[in-house]
Amino acid sequence: MAEIQKDPLSRILYVDLNRLSYRIEERAELFKEYLGGSGVGIQLLSENCPEGANPLGPENPIIFAVGPLVGHYPLASKTAALFKSPHTGNLGESHAGGRSAVALRMAGYGAVVIQGRSRTPIYLVITSEGVAFRDASAFWGMRSSSSVGSVLRLREEGSGLRSIMRIGRAGECQVSYACVTTETYRHFGRLGLGAVFGSKNLKAVVISGKRSLPIADRKAYRRIYDEIYQEVTETELMKKYHQLGTAMNVNPLNQIGGLPTRNLTSGRFEGADQISGERLAADFLGRRVACSHCPAACIHLAALRIPYPHDPYFYKTLMLGYDHELVYAMGSMLGIDDVSGMLQVIDETEHQGLDVMSAGVILAWATEALAKGLISTNETDGISLQWGDASGYISAIKKIVSQPTEFYRHLARGVDQAASIYGGEEFALSFGGNEMPGYHTGPGAHLGFLSGSRHSHLDSAGYSLDQKSLKEGQPLTAKGLALALMEEESWRQVLSSLVICFFARGIYTPENISQALEAIGRSYSPEDLGKIGEKILREKYAFKRREGFDLRSVRIPGRILETPSSTGMIDRNLIENALKIMTEEYDGSG
Amino acid sequence: MVKRLSVIDVDRCVGCQACMFACVRRLGKGGLDGTCIHIQSAGGIRKGFQVIVCRACENAPCARVCPTEALVLREGGGVKFNAELCIGCENCLEACPFGAVFWDQEHQKPQICVYCGYCADYCPYEVIALEEIEAVNCG
Repeated sequence: MAEIQKDPLSRILYVDLNRLSYRIEERAELFKEYLGGSGVGIQLLSENCPEGANPLGPENPIIFAVGPLVGHYPLASKTAALFKSPHTGNLGESHAGGRSAVALRMAGYGAVVIQGRSRTPIYLVITSEGVAFRDASAFWGMRSSSSVGSVLRLREEGSGLRSIMRIGRAGECQVSYACVTTETYRHFGRLGLGAVFGSKNLKAVVISGKRSLPIADRKAYRRIYDEIYQEVTETELMKKYHQLGTAMNVNPLNQIGGLPTRNLTSGRFEGADQISGERLAADFLGRRVACSHCPAACIHLAALRIPYPHDPYFYKTLMLGYDHELVYAMGSMLGIDDVSGMLQVIDETEHQGLDVMSAGVILAWATEALAKGLISTNETDGISLQWGDASGYISAIKKIVSQPTEFYRHLARGVDQAASIYGGEEFALSFGGNEMPGYHTGPGAHLGFLSGSRHSHLDSAGYSLDQKSLKEGQPLTAKGLALALMEEESWRQVLSSLVICFFARGIYTPENISQALEAIGRSYSPEDLGKIGEKILREKYAFKRREGFDLRSVRIPGRILETPSSTGMIDRNLIENALKIMTEEYDGSG
Repeated sequence: MVKRLSVIDVDRCVGCQACMFACVRRLGKGGLDGTCIHIQSAGGIRKGFQVIVCRACENAPCARVCPTEALVLREGGGVKFNAELCIGCENCLEACPFGAVFWDQEHQKPQICVYCGYCADYCPYEVIALEEIEAVNCG
């Protein structure tokens, strides 16, 4: 225990943007009970976010939290951000890697709570010395979120040891699905953390530090480290992430009819092969990079050489990150089969600082609404959105941020908002207010989106239940799905509280997590961990209910029931029954 | 022949920093303080990475400027450090053109690679390796 006392994990940094001041609180019990990351984050959110808070008001706190394994073991490399989402009006949670987790841990904090609102644009520099508040007025309105990163990289210290989290114009303009970008290629993507930054006049947060961390049992530590490291680098468990990357899913999903295409009018895209992981690797993969302390290096960067149309012998070479979800949202969902066009849409989305998945789904809805005559080019400010036409989508993305017309002001609030004004709710693909991820594999996937506490495919990975059922020929039942999804989401609370990347979920089992923690002086049995996961999930649901979420009244988009999925037509009754079972479980009445 | 840590192919570096963590783990600690190897982006991650580590110079500038012989030349290349003789003047820190002399804030002394190669064992992409120092032969 003496060793743990030297560990700065339980220090929480509270930053007050109203007064431009900060304080540090020791919360050893909180970290002991909830591990860190999501678990500590939901507690801090419940404590600091008043009931019914305006997500874009000064009362909405931003929580960043990491866990004890960060800095000790590979792939404990994520930072959990919790906030009230301006996109859904409910629980906001988003995870990002890059160097964010290591930087925060090395700066000597387990969590940061940012409260209030600065009167003028600022950025924060967080180090072991505390917080510096720096003027960001000159950065406000810069065209690209990347440029802000470039400037701060030169202006601030700590190269290699820091995280530079920043927003683009989308965050400044409080588009409800604006993201926060860190290390250029990682994002707190979903649910609008960028808008919360913008609402606080907070342009960026730079975090850096360098320290050592105590070990309880050196021999055991090295042994467990080596076991995990070897599993990461030498076994099949993570191969897919470091070879083709997640974009390897595109072709197989398409083959089973689970790749949402043209606003989910189909689960198959005839151009899938053109934008697949295989194609991208063969013709565009320019570099692979990693989060700090992750030898898997799953981040795939495409090199795209673009000629300037009117200047011969002038070219620019873009380096753009791609993953399955990006290829889905800015490829198949928009009917784009041309890699260059797809990457240029992604590029604009990155400059503006929007969540790629929400942006893609919203543009897909708008394209269909225009084709159906629900809106006209009057609404779109002259842009004719057409499947496959990248240039129209690039213009629309700019307008979602600059919001020249009422229509774009609605688009900037998400697909639910737009459909509530213009119609087309049956093909507005959102779940609990959050736009759809790239899986139409069957009821498991959609139940996961509907019921997951973040309405994300990462909450409970329902798509894998669908694919398993498809492979093994076992039918999916309401009860089976409900319980399996809850069990998975419950365990994932442990991973996200220890901020272990979900890609390493096959490596970090309850048993070896327990051993890994023991070696650094923290005792938890595998059973203890399981119970903590359940508790955290229940508390997230308690927060959701407090803020008005009801699983029984969540909207099921009609389109998912009309387009055949990988496992066939989806039955509304099955979905509703499963939601009922889950509601009873969360109520404690099941 | 003595060995040193060589950067074999910096273009294969993914920036995972596993080498940095390994260097500290060698000392029985977690975290990053005490690392004698440093990975940073080459001006933004899109441009790749730089590996900063002692290249075991034959006539090492860091040893040449040491006033107390705490840092002395190692036969065949590189340096040896005797902490007891060090007065923390930071001359070595200034002298290394690679920035490969790191600084221990707590003890106010330099931290320099000891050419053990532990970090290279944790480089999954063969960016770095412990190699014998070859004399440069210009024919």
